Amino acid sequence: MRRPEAPQPAGAAAAEAFSVALEGCADFAAWRLAARRLLAAGIPPESVEWRTPEDPPGLFGGRPPPEAEGPPLPVPRDFVEMAELAIRHADRERFALLYALLWDSQTRPGLLRTPTEPRMARLAGMARAVRRDAHKMHAFLRFREIGTPEGPRSVAWFEPEHHIVEAEAGFFVRRFAILRWSILTPRRCAHWDGAALAFTPGARRADAPAEDAAEDLWRTYFASIFNPARLKPDAMRAEMPKKYWKNLPEAAVIPELMQGAEGRVRVMLGQEFRAPRRRQKAEGD
Amino acid sequence: MDLRAKLALLADAAKYDASCASSGTEKRDSRQGGLGSTEGMGICHAYAPDGRCISLLKVLLTNACVFDCAYCINRATSNVARARFTVAELVKLTLAFYRRNYIEGLFLSSGIIRSPDYTMEQLIRVARTLREEHGFLGYIHLKTIPEAAPELLAEAGRWADRLSINVELPQVASLKRLAPEKDLPAIGGAMQQLAGRIAEAKEARRTARRAAPPRFAPAGQSTQMIVGADDSDDRRILGKGAELYEKYGLRRVYYSGYSPIPEASSLLPPAPPPLLREHRLYQADWLLRFYGFGTEEILAGGEGGMLDLEIDPKLAWALKHRADFPVDLNSAPRELLLRVPGLGARNVERIVAARQEGRVRLADLARLRVPLRKVAPFLLAPDHRAAPGLLDSPRLRAMLTTPGGFGAQARPRQLSLFS
Repeated sequence: MRRPEAPQPAGAAAAEAFSVALEGCADFAAWRLAARRLLAAGIPPESVEWRTPEDPPGLFGGRPPPEAEGPPLPVPRDFVEMAELAIRHADRERFALLYALLWDSQTRPGLLRTPTEPRMARLAGMARAVRRDAHKMHAFLRFREIGTPEGPRSVAWFEPEHHIVEAEAGFFVRRFAILRWSILTPRRCAHWDGAALAFTPGARRADAPAEDAAEDLWRTYFASIFNPARLKPDAMRAEMPKKYWKNLPEAAVIPELMQGAEGRVRVMLGQEFRAPRRRQKAEGD
Repeated sequence: MDLRAKLALLADAAKYDASCASSGTEKRDSRQGGLGSTEGMGICHAYAPDGRCISLLKVLLTNACVFDCAYCINRATSNVARARFTVAELVKLTLAFYRRNYIEGLFLSSGIIRSPDYTMEQLIRVARTLREEHGFLGYIHLKTIPEAAPELLAEAGRWADRLSINVELPQVASLKRLAPEKDLPAIGGAMQQLAGRIAEAKEARRTARRAAPPRFAPAGQSTQMIVGADDSDDRRILGKGAELYEKYGLRRVYYSGYSPIPEASSLLPPAPPPLLREHRLYQADWLLRFYGFGTEEILAGGEGGMLDLEIDPKLAWALKHRADFPVDLNSAPRELLLRVPGLGARNVERIVAARQEGRVRLADLARLRVPLRKVAPFLLAPDHRAAPGLLDSPRLRAMLTTPGGFGAQARPRQLSLFS
């Protein structure tokens, strides 16, 4: 970490160290406001320390940037979209990377439109990782229903890699507005009471229910839709990495499905043709 | 039979339908009431050990069937046990799975029972009950019975996001032999009807100002062809696919490698599913739809109407058109970049964007995660010129046939089944 006494580049504001204390780990609006103030004051990236509630307090001595805001800075829409995503990344350098890009784009106008530039490629990688994390949350989060004095409640335990709970809570509101639900994660929890969203600090896995009555049927479905003649476990793991398995009720049956597959296929390939029974009736019920 | 046993049987019977898409429909959400949402992008909620996505609850209403299609586990003369869901059971199951975030919705198909109209009515009842009585806003894919009455097809499109009719086999002779009750002209007629209504509803959505336009299968229609159950070559399969895309505006043609089934028919010799061939057909289909290739161009990469199994169809094409290469990374038009093996459509867009800001080098492509070894022989860049003679070398193909790709993965496993 950079210390205030570290050598500073020459320049009017560069001699001084500044510190931006963000109140959230993924607060894009707060970062943008701070970045505009820093730019307006001509403070270069190497003089800025970015802090979130996750950083230990009191280590850095910089003062907050001056409050005067410069004019809005036109940046490409793609860059804004990537920045909004990258700000949720767990990488502690995310704020500094974004500000450095913004700073350099003042003297190099095409920078933010050059996907092959190394820092832009890094930013794209961070945005991609956050998008994937969000997509996996939409996909692999599983609710379990419990009874409460106010009626049924759906509770999920999920472990995202990045700071995405606030950003993705809206997806679950749009989908499950009719339910009352809680999404518990190690860093942040979201709760929906049917009318409003609330966020609370992180929880533990043991705080979520351990089972749900529908899971047995779901495992039955998962096992039956699997085609043993097409066994491709690497393709499965590429899309559903093992780290998710402990929170997926269906993953418990994967080992036995894989073990049994070859035997089932051998039987199908070696089967002798049995004469068909008489043509069945059309009904079926 | 209890619900669990029925689910096991009727999901098993549905798994030979490759489609599991839940994308491309209208946007809906539940903040004004109802349950569920669709936001355009499909979601794969799980992956089975066969590597396939599980997005929808894909089941049959019943596996009883009056048809006797040789390739089908549910054909009339198969000895499998039969079962049938009630409408209430299916509705309850769909909602229970959806509320727990297991699925995006329902893909409901069925064996033909009593009559095409009766069967279609049963499928429609499930979809209508979900939508009308339970305010279900998730995704619904209904299998469409081609011989059903036009007003039933019209109603199916009101409730469903996607409709599909499976062609299954790309030529009439094969259908006659393996699926004697299937009627190819009737299938074409029904696809035509659906295409008309889909286009009409789409047009109405674009122009309507006040009244809500009539809804009809906003995610369009799709079909499936079985690969390897008859002697159709890739030319016939891709040709049929291209014809279907063009005639009926299909969203997707799925290729399903014929997979051995329990209680198989003696008309079909038991063999492991042709996974690699299926994979190459999907790649070719992609080139047709997004890369500006024509069917015959793609087939020119292979031999005798079959795609090259060992290498992907774009590379196969390029190796037979070496005179068109190398192309200059900084001056080639987009259409030519799209033909470079190893360059995907999205990266071509990025390269075109980066070119506006300065010269693009081969080293830049590494940052876009382009497979350099594969693209290098076909490109000219400020920091790269392929070794003299490499492009014309007979060894080029061998050099580019990488171990560790899909080909290497899929084949030994197929072969090991015989050991």
